Amino acid sequence: MNYYQEEVECAPRGAIRGIQSERLSAVIRRVYDSVAPYRKKMDEKGVKPEDIKSADDLHKLPFTTKDDLKDAYPYGFLAVPLKDAVRIQSTSGTTGKRVVAFFTRHDLDIWEDCCARAVVAAGGTDEDVVQVSYGYGLFTGGPGLNGGSHRVGSLTLPMSSGNTERQLQFMCDLSATILCCTPSYAAFLAETIVAQGLRDQIKLKAGIFGAEAWSEEMRRDIEKTIGIKAYDIYGLTEISGPGVSFECSEQTGMHINEDHFIAEIIDPATGEVLPYGSKGEIVFTCITKDAFPLIRYRTRDICVLSAEPCSCGRTLAKMSRLMGRSDDMLIIRGVNVFPSQIEAALMSRGLSSNYQIIVDRVNHTDTFEVQVEMTPEMFSDTVSGVSAHEDELTAAMRSMLGISPKVRLVSPKSITRSEGKAVRVIDKRKI
Amino acid sequence: MSIEQISVFLENRSGRLAEAAKIMGESGVDLRAMSIADTTDFGILRVIVSDTKKALEALMNAGYAVSVTPVIAALIDNKPGGLANSLAALAEAGISVEYAYAFITCRTSDACVILRVTDNGRAAAVLGAAGTKIVSADEIFEL
Repeated sequence: MNYYQEEVECAPRGAIRGIQSERLSAVIRRVYDSVAPYRKKMDEKGVKPEDIKSADDLHKLPFTTKDDLKDAYPYGFLAVPLKDAVRIQSTSGTTGKRVVAFFTRHDLDIWEDCCARAVVAAGGTDEDVVQVSYGYGLFTGGPGLNGGSHRVGSLTLPMSSGNTERQLQFMCDLSATILCCTPSYAAFLAETIVAQGLRDQIKLKAGIFGAEAWSEEMRRDIEKTIGIKAYDIYGLTEISGPGVSFECSEQTGMHINEDHFIAEIIDPATGEVLPYGSKGEIVFTCITKDAFPLIRYRTRDICVLSAEPCSCGRTLAKMSRLMGRSDDMLIIRGVNVFPSQIEAALMSRGLSSNYQIIVDRVNHTDTFEVQVEMTPEMFSDTVSGVSAHEDELTAAMRSMLGISPKVRLVSPKSITRSEGKAVRVIDKRKI
Repeated sequence: MSIEQISVFLENRSGRLAEAAKIMGESGVDLRAMSIADTTDFGILRVIVSDTKKALEALMNAGYAVSVTPVIAALIDNKPGGLANSLAALAEAGISVEYAYAFITCRTSDACVILRVTDNGRAAAVLGAAGTKIVSADEIFEL
């Protein structure tokens, strides 16, 4: 069996719980003293650090939300002196919902370990060539898998996303064996490989695909097209990026790195903790991070937790594939998109917020169209005049979102309104 | 010397042109000339009508995005090279043509070309000097 840190990955459940309890009480003691928003929230709830003796006391703590992080931007949740932080990563989207997460050297080590577990679970060894085709930079995908691959000792190709011709050239010339990217880019690469007749020239055996929701059908399709085994991986910038959980050869859910993150499933409406097996919002508590240890962070991702024994031998609890969101955030081509950002882009150009987002998945790639109602101010008698407005809107939304929508101007007052409120999002993707 | 053209934004959806034509028809205005510019996303319907104000009202009430643009209507000799002479005069004067469309008049001696140019006044003068007749709003319905 392939383990990176067997002593943790296959530890008895009781031992994992013991580690969690010890680490949780220590981190709570620390953040109560060093992070003002936590102290304030805990005081308001009447919880003292000494009340948190074990992981069973976790439910007593207040939740942390994205809005809390936004309100405290940028340093409010930093739990160490700034000089100890060595890296930031940030969520996609440039305004409105920005979150900056800090890492100390120790935090990067943890993150890399988590990703290394994912690489090893996908069959990675120091003999492998890992092609990292996630974006690098503020996005956590590239840096995370890059670090994990280094840990394992694999030869790492830091390709970043895009430039498909170059991706395929390196994949063939350097005999990449493991591909890491978003599932939709994997599907696109797979199709291109077949279309260019490169199937015989590639040496890929596995893929680690995450940062967006994908279906079992899509997985099987990618696997069949290029003859690999495709593994899911989950994470979010706030918690550390990819590697919060990862899939094993059984492919029935993602093992959570529970020695670093405690997972709970809650009812998103009431905040009540639900038992394993229930569908609800997954909430994470970081128990080992120095710089940015989030406590009971509301991910808004809906899934199911399970601690059933796994055929791979790991005892770490598993989370199911994502089943949706408890807020209005869309994940389009791996990028987080809030309808409110589109609204802000329109308002900043003096336009009313009559818009509709239409998301679909065509040939495994997300399509993203924003329909905007034509106004007398935007309309002129020339095609170039109208197209210029479309281009301007596209550019404004791209700079707001970090992803380019197809802007389509539609007739005034043509966007469906129900009970006086427009239907903002039509998501046709079947995931 | 310019005449008023109505431009109508048409979403690229079947039936939109028919609907706009119906609305103008029901308002009792007569269409003299028409053209459509189309892209993959949208179309722009351009018309010269007998009663601009009435047509505009009807279209706006029906929720259309519309605009009024001054254009010039030039009578071109109905013979080979007729249009080329007039356009050459504009080009020499450095006047660009954004778009143009033509219709045949009841007379066989000439055709009417609607021109959207950068400077109507100067274009009319240049064309006049080149011997091309510019038609007024009243005249266009007499052709």
